[in-house]
Amino acid sequence: MHLAYPAVLSALLFCTGLYGVLARRNAILVLMSVELMLNAVNLNLVAFDVWLSRAAEETLHSGQALTLFTIAIAAAEIGIGLAIVLSVYRNRGTSDIDKLRDTAEGHESDTPDSEAPVDEKADEKAEATA
Amino acid sequence: MLAADTHGFLSPTGVEIAFFLVGLVTFGAALVTVTTRQLVHAALWLVVTLGGLAVEYLLLTAEFIAWVQVLIYVGSVVVLLLFGLMLTRAPIGRSPDADSGNRWAALTVAVIAAAALIWVVVDAFRTTWIDLDGAPAGSTEVTGKALFQNWVLPFEALSVLLLAALVGAIVLSRKAKADATPAADGGAAGPDGGGAAKADKEGAR
Repeated sequence: MHLAYPAVLSALLFCTGLYGVLARRNAILVLMSVELMLNAVNLNLVAFDVWLSRAAEETLHSGQALTLFTIAIAAAEIGIGLAIVLSVYRNRGTSDIDKLRDTAEGHESDTPDSEAPVDEKADEKAEATA
Repeated sequence: MLAADTHGFLSPTGVEIAFFLVGLVTFGAALVTVTTRQLVHAALWLVVTLGGLAVEYLLLTAEFIAWVQVLIYVGSVVVLLLFGLMLTRAPIGRSPDADSGNRWAALTVAVIAAAALIWVVVDAFRTTWIDLDGAPAGSTEVTGKALFQNWVLPFEALSVLLLAALVGAIVLSRKAKADATPAADGGAAGPDGGGAAKADKEGAR
């Protein structure tokens, strides 16, 4: 098989996930798009591992091992991410990312209650590490 | 590579045609996932995308990864996402505000990124072919040997990470002043999916 087929499909899926992360408002839909991006990377890893396991003499099958690790880390990430989204929803009554702007810089100067900004920081951090 | 002499662009093999068709379905389902306005439908189209990717892994002869993909992603991640949609009281019908205002900027960024990536990838691997004949490159035996000979230490570290994620999900989804639910209550929950689902159920209280 031509190596360009899986590589191009992976690039397309990654950019679809990128669009979803940037354009969606619901936090759970953003998590779905993150899953799409992770899966695109997995496809790339598997394709290059299958190619190199034939083209090179001896490999460690690092592509497939890393794919398994990525899948496990993605499962952990989705669990933590959903727990954070649910806790934000319980505190704020919404899971709309555009309304969670306590840490935004600039003009708005509303000061919410004490524990709310912690949740949002954690939310942003989760998205950044995902 | 050497095989470049015997292959051609204009004569795709059967595996390539199958890969292309399944890839088309996968990409279409991914597009619907990120554009639909019905939240539950997005999760269901995500199942089609992830299942299509499992078929692509099978076509690339990576059987073990394909079944792990079906088990973890289709089996547990989508169920978790549906639980999350349910617990945040997502509307069942169309929700008019699923997309934010920077939709067109996002579209521009994504299209430019796709064009750049595809250009680079096609230009770089124009004459590279994967040899799919012979023994499968990702059977359970091969993957298991590689995992437990060369990758044992990362594998064990990963189990510690899963345990940390399990405890973290439980701590996060407890109420602030939990009355009678000790944190050790999910300790026997086994792998990540079960533990996180339990944490989600706990969060519903």
